[in-house]
Amino acid sequence: MSILSRTIALAAGAVIAATSLAVPVEAQEGAGQQLYPLFTYRTGPYAPSFIPFGAGNLDYLRYVNEVEGGVNGVKILIQECETAYTIERGIECYERYKGGFNGALTAAIYPHSSGLDVALTDKARLDRIPIVSPGGGQNIATDGRVFPYQFPLIFDYWSEAQIIIDYIAEQVGGHDKLKGVKIATLYHDSGYGRDTIEPLAILSKKYGFEDIQIPVPHPGEQQQAQWQQIRRAGADWVFLRGWGVMTPVAIKTAARVGFPADRIIGDIWSGSEDDARPAGAAAKGYLAVSVFPPGTDYGILRKLKENILDTGKSDLKDNSKFGTVYYNYGVIEAITFVEALRTGQKKFGNKPLNNEEGQWAFENLDIDEQRIAELGAEGLISPLKTTIDNHKGETIAAKIIQWNGETWDTRTDWIKADTSLFADVIKAKAAAYAVEKGIEPRQAASN
Amino acid sequence: MTTIQDSIPEAGPAEALPSGATLLQIGLVAAGLVIAFGLVPSLASDYWLSSIIIPTVVMGLAGISLNLLQGYAGLVSLGSAAFMAVGAFSAYNLILRVPGLPLPAVLLLAGLIAAVVGVFFGLPALRIKGFYLAASTLGAQFFFPWLFTNYPWFSNNSQSLTISAPRLEFLGYDLQSPLGRYLLVATVTALLIGLAFLVVRSRLGREWMAIRDMETAASVLGIRVARRKLQAYAVSSFFLGITGVLWGFAYLGTADAHTYNLDKSFQILFIVLIGGTATIFGNFLGAAFIVLTPILLDHVVLAANIAYLSDQGAITNLQRVIFGAIIIFILIKEPDGLSAWIRRGVGALRARLGR
Amino acid sequence: MAYFLETLIAGLFAGLMYGLVAIGFVLIYKASGVFNFAQGAMVFLAALVFVTLVEHGANFWVAFALTSGLMVLTAVAVEALVLRPLRNRDPLTLFMATLGLSFVIDGAAQFFLGTDVHMLDLGIDDIAEDYGGLFISWFDIVASLIVVALVAVLGIVFSRTRMGVSLRAVADDTLAAQSIGIRLPVIWRIVWSVAGVVALVAGLLWGARQGVQFSLSLVTLKALPVLIIGGFSSIPGAIVGGLIVGASEALADIYLGPLVDGSVSTWFAYILAVAFLLVRPAGLFGDRDIERV
Repeated sequence: MSILSRTIALAAGAVIAATSLAVPVEAQEGAGQQLYPLFTYRTGPYAPSFIPFGAGNLDYLRYVNEVEGGVNGVKILIQECETAYTIERGIECYERYKGGFNGALTAAIYPHSSGLDVALTDKARLDRIPIVSPGGGQNIATDGRVFPYQFPLIFDYWSEAQIIIDYIAEQVGGHDKLKGVKIATLYHDSGYGRDTIEPLAILSKKYGFEDIQIPVPHPGEQQQAQWQQIRRAGADWVFLRGWGVMTPVAIKTAARVGFPADRIIGDIWSGSEDDARPAGAAAKGYLAVSVFPPGTDYGILRKLKENILDTGKSDLKDNSKFGTVYYNYGVIEAITFVEALRTGQKKFGNKPLNNEEGQWAFENLDIDEQRIAELGAEGLISPLKTTIDNHKGETIAAKIIQWNGETWDTRTDWIKADTSLFADVIKAKAAAYAVEKGIEPRQAASN
Repeated sequence: MTTIQDSIPEAGPAEALPSGATLLQIGLVAAGLVIAFGLVPSLASDYWLSSIIIPTVVMGLAGISLNLLQGYAGLVSLGSAAFMAVGAFSAYNLILRVPGLPLPAVLLLAGLIAAVVGVFFGLPALRIKGFYLAASTLGAQFFFPWLFTNYPWFSNNSQSLTISAPRLEFLGYDLQSPLGRYLLVATVTALLIGLAFLVVRSRLGREWMAIRDMETAASVLGIRVARRKLQAYAVSSFFLGITGVLWGFAYLGTADAHTYNLDKSFQILFIVLIGGTATIFGNFLGAAFIVLTPILLDHVVLAANIAYLSDQGAITNLQRVIFGAIIIFILIKEPDGLSAWIRRGVGALRARLGR
Repeated sequence: MAYFLETLIAGLFAGLMYGLVAIGFVLIYKASGVFNFAQGAMVFLAALVFVTLVEHGANFWVAFALTSGLMVLTAVAVEALVLRPLRNRDPLTLFMATLGLSFVIDGAAQFFLGTDVHMLDLGIDDIAEDYGGLFISWFDIVASLIVVALVAVLGIVFSRTRMGVSLRAVADDTLAAQSIGIRLPVIWRIVWSVAGVVALVAGLLWGARQGVQFSLSLVTLKALPVLIIGGFSSIPGAIVGGLIVGASEALADIYLGPLVDGSVSTWFAYILAVAFLLVRPAGLFGDRDIERV
């Protein structure tokens, strides 16, 4: 029994020692700066997608800091935190930076993971920290009265479902010709993949096409059975809701069973260069939805090339990734952050914003056509206007791109989603959530 | 591996001062309680409570749970996290569908449900021994994430198939804050540690160790091997179920089918091996190691400003290499885990002090 | 009926790929008595090194030779740093050590070679041709031939060469083998090297199918049921086990899937393995050294 005592004593000693070692020296060097906690996943199975995406983030922020002198003089302090795309590490990163760092203030946190966005919802509500997920947040969080601190900006999967149906309709000659068309959705068997089951069911009832849903268990390296099913069902189109290795395997397996690549439309997370290239020749003609268009022929990218890429300040080790889908996504995301800071500074003054000021800023974003032109981001980003009732943005649009074997060609202009179609269903879901959690929806915008 | 650290107590000269040792024991438990319920809550910051202390304590509890099954009863399990998942999802559904259940009842019932499930997956142990037994619990590890993903009913048809922590409260006290969650975790852990000690020192525990070390002889001695094995799965899974609730509700705040994945099962296995098989407190050492190492490595990199010198991605991969190397090193150097290392260190200190 | 046959054939081909990876596990289990969790990481490492060399201009055979050389060096390092210090330890400890080793290997692979996804083009067509209702691609056929050749070569090595016989002696009775002068470290180094080359072959075929990226190392998880069914210590068993797992997974998905409105292949192989364990604990071809109660 004295073994216990010694064990406890020494364990306590070890922990205390570790504690004192681990506490960082809290200098106030960050005072006067705006913190941008950069949640990374540079390890783990999804790391390849992060490299260009993180670089887009970092390059744009460096550009703002060094070429534009910060946001109205306020520099952005970037702190990387590795999550390995796991919830646990993500939560630790959140706890580490929610209160700022070395005097730099936290206005918002971009979790870079839909799973983490969900996991942080309750904590963020308690801590009052805005959680921003462009293109990947929770759809019901569009309702800012129930979710004051969640910002699923720019896009969601329900709108995506609508957009691909619109595209297919265009291909078959009109929405009335959709009756009887067979559309198979091959989805990653997870919350993310299942998100489109409901909207497609609604759309299928509306337009009369046959909606076939086929799950692929994670990680999806074997899909023979699923593609045989697709072939057997005589599907005309396939909506590929993939993630990670599932996408190239899907494209290759489709080729093996003879399903044409140009009838497969990949979701936004199945539409990067790294999704198509590993599939080799089989991917030629493969279509995908794009909210973050690839390419380098944009004003802001030219500026980044001149000031960051060519001067060696880019985070990219491989310059060929410049202008790829994920790189541009990173740039766009960083643009939302900086524009939010500008919006908030207009109201609160040219200083770093705190979390409540950040919340106001994200709820009152108004990046209009003129501002987009000033940024040099025409064609890269659609106008983004948020309100208390709409934390996503009033314009939801995407383009369809096609893989030509080397790069992506843009096939359409912006296809806008009809936001009124699902608005009631989403609002009802948000209301049900509020009831379940005992949340009182906000009556008026605060601040 | 089968060095029995918490073994059948020997009668002998060591029992010279029974009352002194008992007093010391009581004193230590008291000291432990003071630290856990007095010092820590008053000194620790939100960050420390939320990100370091709570996960360490809960993972330590997970280690105890697995240790009961594997360390004491000798039954290999690679699916600990699956039983945690069963506990968490059971608790969520109980709170959702049986209104008015007090928190302790929820925890108990969740544990019992996990225990029943554990017994089911433990049935193969009646026919198979050794490493191959891992297949059954590994099957559970793949089955339950699938179950909770495939049937949205378990997560109340939520869009993202996640379950989120309900309002944690007990006797009117709100336990939502980091401090509240810590107190919940500490209380439950203290109670379960007590239960673990009772079990381990009871006839049940002794018979487990007998089965672990010499199964044939044990059955000859009249020990009902089959029953004891299933009871091991039941008790271990009971503990794991409650641990799962704590992990999902008091630490993460939300959970989904993949929160309790194979990586987590491996982590728990590491905790048992690093902390020491057949120990109770060793598990907290193991847990501290598993929870702290990635964070410490991160802080070391931050402090040394290495990040600005080279590719951040490369550094995180290097951390993975270092973690794996440390695991191998500990397995080589300290077969009985960190608790044995500490024990030896203390023994050396004692000798030095000439006692 | 045609659908059943089609699914069966497709499942068998998938199973062959599982079997290919399982061979590496069998080799190591025979010689060191350990389930090498790091085998998947070795597949990933080999594929990544190979594809990096090719991308830098090396031709197929040069890249193959250099990568094999690296796998040999890895084997020597593993033997010296992990296996020797952990001699005589229980299987679970060894397994945990290989788990730690898998972190080291895939972490190091990505540290040195980056985390990008690489395309691997072996020049073999993977478009399925219609053979009277059955869809088989050239890739399937080549992969099968490679597996058959590999099994044949290993079979010959183990029965005809001195090295092979020594390995079987070690697998049978380590102590006795040592007492007649067989040097364990040498055997281990050789076996892990061969397993490394097998990992390279598996890595090439799997990588051609799904691209060379981190998820390659996850093939390990399917290997355990394959080995339980086929037997941990038999190479033909690994293939048979692979075929059974591949076929039954595919058929289960088609026929059981609709019953649960989803896909059962994530866990089906394990339940099958447990069923096998209850009936035939040594697997179809394994040694009867598994402990039965």
